[in-house]
Amino acid sequence: MSKIKPRAKIPKEAELNEVIEIKTLIRHPMHSGRVKDVDGKTIPRLIINKFNAMFNGKVVFTVNLEPSISSNPYISFPFKVKEEGTFELSWEEDGGNQYKLTKSLKVV
Amino acid sequence: MIRTKMGGIVNISRRKAVKMIAVSSALFCSGVGGVLAGKPEVSGQINNIISGSQAREVDVFLDVPEIAENGNQVKVAFEIESPMSESDFVQEVYIMADGNPAPNVAKFNFTPYSGECFASTRMRLSKTQDVYLVAKFNDGTHSITQSTIKVTIGGCGG
Repeated sequence: MSKIKPRAKIPKEAELNEVIEIKTLIRHPMHSGRVKDVDGKTIPRLIINKFNAMFNGKVVFTVNLEPSISSNPYISFPFKVKEEGTFELSWEEDGGNQYKLTKSLKVV
Repeated sequence: MIRTKMGGIVNISRRKAVKMIAVSSALFCSGVGGVLAGKPEVSGQINNIISGSQAREVDVFLDVPEIAENGNQVKVAFEIESPMSESDFVQEVYIMADGNPAPNVAKFNFTPYSGECFASTRMRLSKTQDVYLVAKFNDGTHSITQSTIKVTIGGCGG
């Protein structure tokens, strides 16, 4: 299995009160629990079930994901720039594993 | 004259045709705002979400393809007109698909920090079906929209 790797595309700089679009992608198989492998055994469910976006410690956007989301889930969302700071993005997997990514944003 | 599927010919007056079109379009419009057709599971879920709340007239733009060649990766994007201020913002957006083994696709939780209300992701669709978007505002009102997607090759496992 390939390594689970989160990625995010956030502009490094933005103007005050500008609405930016943040694009995120995490490499993950998103096993829905309905697919069978070559031996006919069902692959157990293993998905990313929650995505959290925090900015300077405040929750700004979250998504609850279900098995109907494609593998390598892509999420894009808006954010209005009010101050400088850091984004903390986290993806929660079934079973409690967490994948995290931090990115900083500058105001020009 | 209208040629039916069975090959027969039905005589129909112009007046009757106009009436038929009017009635069918009226039915279509009421389907979006009122009771939803589709799988009972989905309408049950939607009724749970919107129970006790009022519908709001707002521009909701659900951007999905008309024909999805690959059901494994179907783009779903939406945009909802909202000031996204502390007092008036979109709180939750549910995406549902009525032909998948499980109807829920995703739930987006917005905050006033978002500034605008749009988002996109990719979903799996097992077959040709209707996709519903239910938006819930912070004052308790809701808005529903739907779109049919034709799926050429189903995303196995949905």
